Amino acid sequence: MSQNQIKNMTLNFGPQHPAAHGVLRMVLEMDGEIIDRADPHIGLLHRGTEKLIENKTYQQSTPYFDRLDYVAPQNQEHAFVLAAEKLLGAEVPERAQYIRVLYCEIGRILNHILNVASYAMDVGAMTPMLWSFEDREHLMEFCERVCGARMHMNYFRIGGVARDLPDGLTDDILAWTEKFPQMITDMETLLTENRIFKQRTVDVAKVTADQAFDWGFTGPNLRASGVAWDLRKSQPYDAYAKMDFDVPVGKNGDCYDRYLCRMLEMRESLKIIRQSINEMPDGPVRCEDRKISPPPRAEMKSSMESLIHHFKLMTEGVNVPVGETYTAVEAPKGEFAVYLVSDGTNKPYRCKIRAPGFAHLQAMDMMCEGHMLADAVAVIGSIDVVFGEIDR
Amino acid sequence: MNSALNDLKETITAALSKSVVDTQLVAGELSITVKRADIPNVLKHLRDDVKCQFKLLVDLCGVDYPEREERFEVVYNLLSLTHNFRVRVKVRTAGDPVPSVTSVFSTAGWFERECWDMYGVPFSGNPDLRRILTDYGFEGHPLRKDFPLTGFVEIRYDDEKKRVVYEPVKLTQDFRSFDFLSPWDGQPPILPGDEKAEGEGA
Repeated sequence: MSQNQIKNMTLNFGPQHPAAHGVLRMVLEMDGEIIDRADPHIGLLHRGTEKLIENKTYQQSTPYFDRLDYVAPQNQEHAFVLAAEKLLGAEVPERAQYIRVLYCEIGRILNHILNVASYAMDVGAMTPMLWSFEDREHLMEFCERVCGARMHMNYFRIGGVARDLPDGLTDDILAWTEKFPQMITDMETLLTENRIFKQRTVDVAKVTADQAFDWGFTGPNLRASGVAWDLRKSQPYDAYAKMDFDVPVGKNGDCYDRYLCRMLEMRESLKIIRQSINEMPDGPVRCEDRKISPPPRAEMKSSMESLIHHFKLMTEGVNVPVGETYTAVEAPKGEFAVYLVSDGTNKPYRCKIRAPGFAHLQAMDMMCEGHMLADAVAVIGSIDVVFGEIDR
Repeated sequence: MNSALNDLKETITAALSKSVVDTQLVAGELSITVKRADIPNVLKHLRDDVKCQFKLLVDLCGVDYPEREERFEVVYNLLSLTHNFRVRVKVRTAGDPVPSVTSVFSTAGWFERECWDMYGVPFSGNPDLRRILTDYGFEGHPLRKDFPLTGFVEIRYDDEKKRVVYEPVKLTQDFRSFDFLSPWDGQPPILPGDEKAEGEGA
């Protein structure tokens, strides 16, 4: 018994760590440099969003959804308004559906370029981060032009969108879609065949399809494991049924495939953006039912009834009939869903937010086991976590 | 879609007749209430049965109905990729432990922790039932309907003690709850003081 006993070491990763993508604290049990067990501690960004929503009217709740996954706010607003519309039985005009699809895809690209770039930075490549921010800036400009806010748009409304697109915006977006593929190609030249990048990602944290089901994976992380599942295809909402696009599917389910899936998805998103602009019909952008969406301002100047409708909607809000729904959308990170229970009043009785990152982060232990400490950073980058949505 | 869901409802009730308490098919969404003790078996059946194949547990959450005898409802949302169905399974509890389903779906672990944290519903058999979203050492279950929105404690940095201290919440202005529900909706149109009008048959 003269040999030295080697004891496992416990390492505290975060909560302030540049590669933790926010405020993740992870307690790692290390056997030398090999991870034995990873225990993520979350909740450092918990704001009680669900409790707050129970105390707000339906209209006042949408801004909270921007602040969940603040990298792609549009997609989350979409889930909430779809859920509320389902309970209300509201008809959404076709033009509004196309505008929503357009902005959801802008959100997807916003998310993917930030994720791929910061992921690349985590594993040692600096340049993509610097490049990607230019295009994010263009995209956020498009958001600003339509609603005044660069990130937290609060643009989607129950029954449509807040206002119509300004003149010339679609031309500018189309012009941008022509030059953005060059940027994707440049990123691919930097990363896809890069020796260091591949050494850090290929065969790291492989997830089989069965493991992915067991751990509740959705979105690009599930598709990287070889499962062709996309809610935009299988359970289409709004105008997605009319869009023609492909779903990239990975093969090995490792960090590298998750990266590849996201890169290919951006090109598909560009297709959808072009289609939604080219095929966008004219017409109203909000539902005409005055019990759900407020009248235009000009009408209020001359019509008493419009003024009353506006006042009632802005103070009391919409009274949603009794019911419950689980409505999911394909957010950039996976299946983002809202389980909404209404008791017939103007406030949601219960609004559970299903964040894709919550399930993905839980699988950290499964994915990290047996890997080196440095791989944990690559895994966090590849599953694309944002703590706004995980901690709620 | 609805007829397919109706078929699914029939198959599930037939196969699990001993466990199912109630089924509802509203607006294209199927929800099944089952007995609390049977939940792991029900989910296992739904996962493995050829006609169901609900391989993904996408969500698990609690709902609080204080006026009910068994006030908490635990809701499991399942997704079948093969058949493109969603189903909602519910169990009720008054605070008694719900059997954990971590043996059926590994992903249930954190979702059950969250439900315990937010509602105080215990899950028997969950290997790691700690709090998850709230602060270390937090007391109470914040999403219960009787938990106030403002909470009970607030924290600040104490310059004298040189550390963060917890104190009872002090609001400089009372919490204002605006009840915008119109008192006129659903009431008989009687003006106050005008009760006699009807009695005299006016």
